Amino acid sequence: MMTVTVGGAIVALEAEEIVYGAIGLAGSLFGVASLFFLLDAPYVAVFQVTVYVGAVAVLILFTVMLVRQEKWAKELPTGSLARVSGILTGIAIVAVLSLSVIASNLSAFTEFRNSATFIQIGQLISTDYSPVLEVLALVLAASVVGALTLSRVDREEKR
Amino acid sequence: MNSLSDFVILSAFLLGIGIYGLVTKRNALRLLFAVEIMINAANLNFIAFSQYAPFAAAGATAVNGVGQTFVLFSIALAAAEAAVILAIVVVAYRIHQDVDVSELKSMEG
Repeated sequence: MMTVTVGGAIVALEAEEIVYGAIGLAGSLFGVASLFFLLDAPYVAVFQVTVYVGAVAVLILFTVMLVRQEKWAKELPTGSLARVSGILTGIAIVAVLSLSVIASNLSAFTEFRNSATFIQIGQLISTDYSPVLEVLALVLAASVVGALTLSRVDREEKR
Repeated sequence: MNSLSDFVILSAFLLGIGIYGLVTKRNALRLLFAVEIMINAANLNFIAFSQYAPFAAAGATAVNGVGQTFVLFSIALAAAEAAVILAIVVVAYRIHQDVDVSELKSMEG
């Protein structure tokens, strides 16, 4: 599962054809969902599968097909300074974080706590975090309206 | 895959890959991929810590579903963000016939 997650992420960024990149991203998101299952959080895992793999990945795939063109494979050349420094930055961040995690005592935590049930999560969302839920609903509505407005104004300009 | 540090290291790998993508790529869709990968790294950390770390001071009545609740909100926010970004990408493509972010000069202030 670690292989699927990390490999999918690398494929998403490095695949020549961006459609394969989108599929690799979907695989990586699915790997994260399976890790949520491993972590005894099935509700979040199913939510991740429906929202990310189901909705966002399909949305990305459609957009990729909509804006696809042949000539845009002009990524940065392999040996260029920006690319090398990007790889070095990524490796440095991974190394620093991994070494500090290894040096800490985080590996001493091997036992799960009792995972929250669906009922407890639902109660949390609808009582303590109900303001967050309402604001989130507003944000979602605003983003949908914004996305629709963006594409609609453009169509009228085109006429 | 049986201790907290394994999941945190995996999350660090995802974060590193995402930052690498953000630094090197110029295609707007690849940038979106990188951001999604980094969001997933953060979500993985949330769930891992909420499932493994013991209660310190909160008392026995505290519910341990807070991490999962936050991740649910985070996933919904990421979905909204992806929708807006994809709309912007489609509009930019219609105007410029390109999604290379270094070519989108008209969006500079």
